[in-house]
This record gives sequence, C-alpha cells and structure tokens, in this order.
Amino acid sequence: MITRTLLLSAAGVAALAGTALAETSDKRIALSNNYAGNSWRQAMLQTFQEVADKAVADGIVAAADPYTTSENQATEQAAQIQNMILQGYDAIILNAASPTALNGAVEEACNAGVIVVSFDGIVTAPCAWRIAVDFRAMGREQVDYLAERLPDGGNLLEIRGLAGVFVDDEIHAGIHEGVEAHSQFTIAGTVNGDWAQEVAQRAVAGILPSLPEIVGVVTQGGDGYGAAEAFRAAGRDTPLIILGNRQDEMAWWAEQRDANGYETMSLSIAPGVASLAFWVAQQILDGQEVPKDLTVPFLRVTQDTLDEALAATPEGSVANTVYSLEDAQAVIAEAQ
Amino acid sequence: MTRDIYRLMLPVVSLAVLLAATFWLQPRAMSYFGLNLLFNLAVPIALATIAQMMIIMVNDIDLSLGAFVSLVACVAATFLTDAPLTGMLILLALVLAYAALGAVIHALDLPAIVVTLGMSFVWGGLALTILPSPGGTSPDWLRMLMTLKPPSVPMAVAASILIAVVTHLLIVRSGIGTVLRGVGGNARSVQRAGWSVLRLKALAYGLAGLFGVLAGMALVGLTTSADANIALRYTLLSIAGVILGGGEFTGGRVSPAGAVIGALTLTLAASFLNFLRLSPDWQIGAQGAVLILVLAARLLFTRRSARA
Repeated sequence: MITRTLLLSAAGVAALAGTALAETSDKRIALSNNYAGNSWRQAMLQTFQEVADKAVADGIVAAADPYTTSENQATEQAAQIQNMILQGYDAIILNAASPTALNGAVEEACNAGVIVVSFDGIVTAPCAWRIAVDFRAMGREQVDYLAERLPDGGNLLEIRGLAGVFVDDEIHAGIHEGVEAHSQFTIAGTVNGDWAQEVAQRAVAGILPSLPEIVGVVTQGGDGYGAAEAFRAAGRDTPLIILGNRQDEMAWWAEQRDANGYETMSLSIAPGVASLAFWVAQQILDGQEVPKDLTVPFLRVTQDTLDEALAATPEGSVANTVYSLEDAQAVIAEAQ
Repeated sequence: MTRDIYRLMLPVVSLAVLLAATFWLQPRAMSYFGLNLLFNLAVPIALATIAQMMIIMVNDIDLSLGAFVSLVACVAATFLTDAPLTGMLILLALVLAYAALGAVIHALDLPAIVVTLGMSFVWGGLALTILPSPGGTSPDWLRMLMTLKPPSVPMAVAASILIAVVTHLLIVRSGIGTVLRGVGGNARSVQRAGWSVLRLKALAYGLAGLFGVLAGMALVGLTTSADANIALRYTLLSIAGVILGGGEFTGGRVSPAGAVIGALTLTLAASFLNFLRLSPDWQIGAQGAVLILVLAARLLFTRRSARA
C-alpha cells in the first residue's frame, strides 16, 4: 500500500514537473564565487541558496552547492574550478575574479564536458556562457538621467570602483560616452570609492576642497551614501547623487525626500542574478539551445518605487529580485 | 648530510599524508588527469617559491614577489605575444632590475623588507600601465608547453621534479651555490675568503628575478591571459612554501627540493579544504593551522635530533 502511494505520488511529481525537468534530476551544479565580503554578494549567496535548496527538494537537480574562495584571487579560483571538475559536477556557474585569468581553468572544464555559465563577473573563454551586465549602458544611463533633470549641465564628480577591475572600466567608459553625448556636463573630479561607503566618503572628502560647484555625482553603486555624507560634512549643498540600490542609500534618499523633496534615481544589478544563472545552467543541461551571450536586466528604483523597494530590503543589504525558470526562459528567448 | 635529509623528510611526509587524505576524499584525483588538475597551478607557485628562497637564502625577504610575478604575467601576455623580441628584452631588464635591487640593498645597507615593500607598488603600477584592464593572450608556444601531455607522468609532476632537480644542482651541489648560501650563513667570512658580497647578493637577487619571470610565464601559459592583480597572493604563499619546505629565515639554511614540495603542499592543502567543503570563513584559518601543525612538528624533530 505504502509503495503504491509512493509510486503514485512520484508519478504525480513527474507529471507536474513535465519533461523539461526530468532530464536534469541527476545533474549536479556548483557555484564558484570569488568574493563574499559585501552586502551584494551576501544577498547573492543567500538567493542562490534559497533557489538551489528548493530545486534540489523538488528533484529538479541532484545537488547545487555554493563555493566561495577565501582570498578573492584569480589563481585561487582557477584551482577551485579545477577541483570542481574533479568533484564531478555537471555544470559550474561562475562569478569570476577576472574575465581572462580563469580561461585556462574554464577550458579544462569544457574539455572535461562540464557546462560553465559565468554571470556578473564573466569570463571570455569562448566555450563558456556569459550572463553579462551591460555596464556601459549603466554608466550612460546615469548621464542621460542627469541631462533630463539638469538641462543646463555643470560639473560632475565621478566616483569609480576598484582600479584594475573591468566592471570599473566599463561603467567609467559608459559615463564618458554619456558626457560626450551631453556636452553641457564636464567631469570636474574623479576618485576611487572601491564600491564601499567608507572608502567613498574618505575619497570624496579629500577631493572636495579642490572642486568647483558640483551639480551631480555619477557613481558605481555602494558609494552614494558615503558621497552624500562627505558633502554634508563639508557644508556644501547636496548635488544630485545617482544611487546604487543599497539599503543605506535608499534610506538616506527617503529621508531627504521627506525633508526637502530630494529626487534621484537608483540602479544596479539584482544579486538574484545568481538564480538566473542557475536556471540558465539547468536549461543547458536539459539540452535546450541557449545562445552563449545573454544580458541581465537592470533593477531600477525610482521615486515611485522607492518606498516599496526600501521596505523589501533588509538593513545592510541591497534591493533584490529572485529570478524563476520562466524569467530565465524569457532572457534566453530574447537573446535568440 | 644527515641534517639535510632531516630537513627534507618532514615536507615529504606532510605532502604524502595530505595526498593520501585527498585521494581518500576524492578518488577521481588519483589519475593522470586528476593529478594534473590538482597540481598544474602549483607549478608557477613552485617557481615563485624558488625565487623567494633565493632571497631568504641571503637573509632577506621579498614582499614584492607577487606584484613582480603579476607584472611578468602582464608582459608575457602582451609584449611577448605581439613583439617577442621586445618582450624578451623587457623580461631581461626585469631580471637585471632585480639584481640591481640586491646590489643597492647591500651597498646602502637598506632593510630588504622595506625596499621590496616599496617595489611592490612600483611593479603593481607598471603592471596596471601595461594592462589597465584584464586581457592579453598567452604566446602559443607557452600555452603548448604548459598543457603538454607527456606519457605516463602528468606535466605538473614532471615540471615540479625538473624544477627541484635543477635548483638542487644549482644551490646545493654547485660551488657558487655553496658560496651563495654562505652569504646567508656568515657574510663576513665569505668576504674574507675574497668574494665580493655585493656581487653575490646581486646574483642571488638576479636568480630570484629569473625564477620570478619563469613563474609569471608559467602562470600565463596556464591561464591563457593576464590581469594586473593575478599573482598577488604569491608573496605570502612563496614565503610559507620556503618555510614549509624546511627553509629557515636566517643562516642560509634553505632546501630547493623542500621549497618545491612546500609549494605543492600548500596548493594541495587548499584543494583538500575545498573537497572537505569547509566554509570559506574557516579556510584561511585552516590553512594557517596546517602551517602551524607542520612547523610544530619540525620543532619537535629538530629538538630530538639536537638531543641525539
């Protein structure tokens, strides 16, 4: 009797799951992550864990295990990927420490028949899939927004990220394209904020005395609140600071809005992109035709959605969405 | 001679124990393919460890090695591919710069730890200038060399043995190697014997530069391209490798074969912890614990042999 119920329920699950899911029930997926030391990455790991645990419980995949390197170094992550090949994973989803320095290890994985899907920090190895963020567009759109709000233009302060990291180069290039398109703006100063509030605050405080009047601050995320604090401490008017979806930035924004009607916009990549990568890997393992280059949509917070986004974001974290299998299928369909 | 064997025994035993534990945990590693995957990234680390050993041999320490190897990697992935001759010349100039550094440190009696720390920013800045964003491609011959599949012995193992044998002959067996170790042991008596300590120190640093260059090239051959921050962790790994391999910070007491084994052990320890699925928060701590464990064992050994 018991066996029969089990069989029946198993049949029921299989019927519900459909043919697309049954194919990958014995597959194992690993997440290779290079860094866990900020709120974005913490949220990313948490989202992956939630989606992965559910997928394993539902029998969609056999295992989905996250690994993070301890020192955020490319050579260390290359070794980690080679270890994953030895551990017999069928697919590796990868947030890479370097777009190029892991290519050797990624090729080893491909040669061993392992599917490699890189996201956020992508790799250039031709055999890997890439779920990329259009960081250039992210830089450009900041200046577009400023041009819309400040038609007269003026001086901008640019806060960059960590020197030598390609995300920083890309956003920076996008901002420059934007400034070229809107010639009423000039970049009066540039500092490196390393995507961290304290670093950004120190750097901005250091450069402020030497700067003329600043009308806008273009940022890379994680640095907006620090910039605002530096302007306040220097006794200068708060310029239009583009924010990056961090909870402290949005809280500051809401506070300013209530006090003096401050208006800005905030954009970043949702850490949930790890869940998108997970479903894309599952689709590839399932034998679906997936183009090698996919693009992640930005997550944008506007004046209208601020309260909602702020309420849903835990303190010290960043605005997030969890992607589903259907979202992944939509992203794949769009790229085809 | 017996002391040398003692010095080498512990690193060999630690590597064997760790290897056995890894095979038990991950039987797939016990194959030609598996050994290569486990150890191929240890080859550049082994070369960097030998470079560090050359400096430690003359009682100094090099805090710029990781940045230097990164710079070499950037040169190898750009100039060496596009304009091989210019690339070679730059690499040669880098080796000479290292030798000059050794001479300056000795002539002005500067603390090497400070000079090399300063140089690490110079190397890092140069690397960023050459390769502002990650990229470049490895020269084909380098890629081919690092992905060779020799019969029966994986490339990583063959290369490690080769490095150990060559440096053993150079440092332990040859006359000049003995004199170089003498600089670390007792520079004054080397000087009295009629040698120029300045030149010897320049030679030791030059050798370190040479092996640093080899490390950077091997790394690019494996990764296929470079990044200005690619090898920063090699500084500490190489120091740990020398010590783990039975070397000591003073007295010219170093072992090339031990240093290679030390580098392999460190690489393997990281993989082992990975296979254990230890949380990354604990991994650095656990790596430290492995180091302390081996060093404590060494202390016990040396005490016992001193008593005997």
